[in-house]
Amino acid sequence: MDINDIIKPENKVYGKSSVLTDNIMHYCPGCSHGVVHKLVAQVIEEMDIQDKTIGVSPVGCSVFAYNYLDIDWQEAAHGRAPALATAIKRLNPDKYVFTYQGDGDLASIGTAETMHACNRGENIVIIFINNAIYGMTGGQMAPTTLLGQVTATTPYGRKAELNGYPLKITELLAQLEGTCYVTRQSVQNPAAVRKTKAAIRKAFENSMMKKGTSFVEVVSTCNSGWKIPPVEANKWMEENMFPFYPLGDMKDR
Amino acid sequence: MAEKVLMKGNEAIAYAAINCGADGYFGYPITPQSEVMETLMKEKPWESTGMVVLQAESETASINMVYGGAACGKKVMTSSSSPGISLMCEGLTYLAGAELPCLVVNVMRGGPGLGTIQPSQGDYFQATKGGGHGDYRLIVLAPASVQDMYDFVDEAFELAFKYRNPALILADGVIGQMMEKVEFRPKKARRTDEEVRQQCDSWATLGKPKTRERNVITSLALDPVVMENFNIKLQKKYADIEANEVRYSTYKTEDAEHLIVAFGCMSRICENVVDMARENGIKLGLLRPITLFPFPKKQIDALVPQLKSIMSVELNAGQMVEDVQLVAAGRVPVGFYGRQGGVVPNPDEIYEAFLKFIK
Ligand SMILES: Cc1ncc(C[n+]2csc(CCOP(=O)(O)OP(=O)(O)O)c2C)c(N)n1
Ligand code: SF4
Ligand SMILES: [Mg+2]
Repeated sequence: MDINDIIKPENKVYGKSSVLTDNIMHYCPGCSHGVVHKLVAQVIEEMDIQDKTIGVSPVGCSVFAYNYLDIDWQEAAHGRAPALATAIKRLNPDKYVFTYQGDGDLASIGTAETMHACNRGENIVIIFINNAIYGMTGGQMAPTTLLGQVTATTPYGRKAELNGYPLKITELLAQLEGTCYVTRQSVQNPAAVRKTKAAIRKAFENSMMKKGTSFVEVVSTCNSGWKIPPVEANKWMEENMFPFYPLGDMKDR
Repeated sequence: MAEKVLMKGNEAIAYAAINCGADGYFGYPITPQSEVMETLMKEKPWESTGMVVLQAESETASINMVYGGAACGKKVMTSSSSPGISLMCEGLTYLAGAELPCLVVNVMRGGPGLGTIQPSQGDYFQATKGGGHGDYRLIVLAPASVQDMYDFVDEAFELAFKYRNPALILADGVIGQMMEKVEFRPKKARRTDEEVRQQCDSWATLGKPKTRERNVITSLALDPVVMENFNIKLQKKYADIEANEVRYSTYKTEDAEHLIVAFGCMSRICENVVDMARENGIKLGLLRPITLFPFPKKQIDALVPQLKSIMSVELNAGQMVEDVQLVAAGRVPVGFYGRQGGVVPNPDEIYEAFLKFIK
């Protein structure tokens, strides 16, 4: 028996999503971005909405998301993705529209766009990668950086007196009338990955039900920014981030 | 003849948008142009043509909504006044960099800073030289009447789509607020989804069918060679616009020995100045740039040999005069007269300034 006797459709248990391109991802080993990209691709494939989906990529490490998911994309200025998505969805109500944003993009420079798109109840999906750092620019403090966390711009650890407090933007968004589904997930083990995929699927399904904005935060790792290898980074995230950013649904209506 | 309606310049913008088949308007209130969105909200075009009208949370958001809509091949627009346009400059350079067609209206007020709500032309540099970062250009149309406000909406959209470039109507508080009779042009229906696909499927984000590659709207290119090539392509486009799209008008220039260059409301005031000079035997003419980019360089250049002087008259400290000087290139004296901060000069004081200049 050689390998070709084994590679048969009936034996296939797993495959790369057809919505993912063959481009080699530029993400660092262990980075959560790649896993979440895969989940979005799988959801789009399983819902059979590749021709009806428009993605908006941010400025951040995932700026090149458009190289990896084989759908039509718009690249936004830093923080402005929810404003783009607002217009895309309002002008094309039959399309699935999502933004994919980091913490700096969504919760610092783009806070106003995020809050107001959610508050208007735009029928879009927002996927929020919270890695508590600015990955792309070399590991500076993010709005979500934890107290005491060392970054390039908090070399002695984040201090409340100097830098204020980590921003729980997801909790804020859950308060808004315009959001219908607000959840916080993670992707550090298979069970968490499965839950996050279910959350993304629900968020996409919501966007045709005129219920409002669906918001999926994924608490994520940034090995290069945190300067911790992948396995340790997962542990650091569980020990330090989960207590402050507890996982689970905050709102589902 | 078509019916004429008395209205403000700002209202004309709103009616022209609905009547030319615009798909969306996104804006944020600011004097002296708030009537644009107020009129649209009153007219509820979403019930008649299906046009989307949305009050955004800021000008930053409005211009980025315009980006989102434009990238879907839609005819989308925003309007604002000077401080709001400053906020939009980020979006404008992204729109130019992503080669997206759209319309932005600036009803200028006096600055700098929060300034005044009175009329100004102080944003000439911002409109024609940049405002945002990088080597980009907007197509800039300067209306001088309420009819122009109406007509330039459709014209600006046509130019924007022809060149896939943002177009700007650079008006001033006078044109936005004054009332004149306007003739409504024949209505254009909004394009159907099918028509948008026919026109824009090669580049716009309409949803990726199996039959084509994905479309990506971006202004990002990390490789410097790729980025330089893109810049060269942009400059080629701007050169085409300069070669083909100059619009201007003249008043009594055939035998003119002196020339005033003025745009927008100032060109109308300066027509009176020309008449005053002619009554006194001075052969003065007027050239009004209608497009500020592309600037009517050749047209001014052609007049230079017959001229003894050129004066630029503006509602600012002297901005367009620099473009006039570049054309004159020292061959003829170039003067300037302007008022700032929202003060609009009358013909007498401009005429006096002109006499002083040519003495
Ligand atoms: C207006 C503007 N300011 C600053 C930057 C530089 N910049 C690029 S990405 C980034 C932060 C990205 O961090 P985040 O959103 O958390 O994404 P991550 O890389 O961590 O995924 C910054 C500050 C920019 N591109 N534009
Ligand atoms: S810098 Fe951080 S966020 Fe960016 S790719 Fe590397 S691990 Fe991921
Ligand atoms: Mg980050």
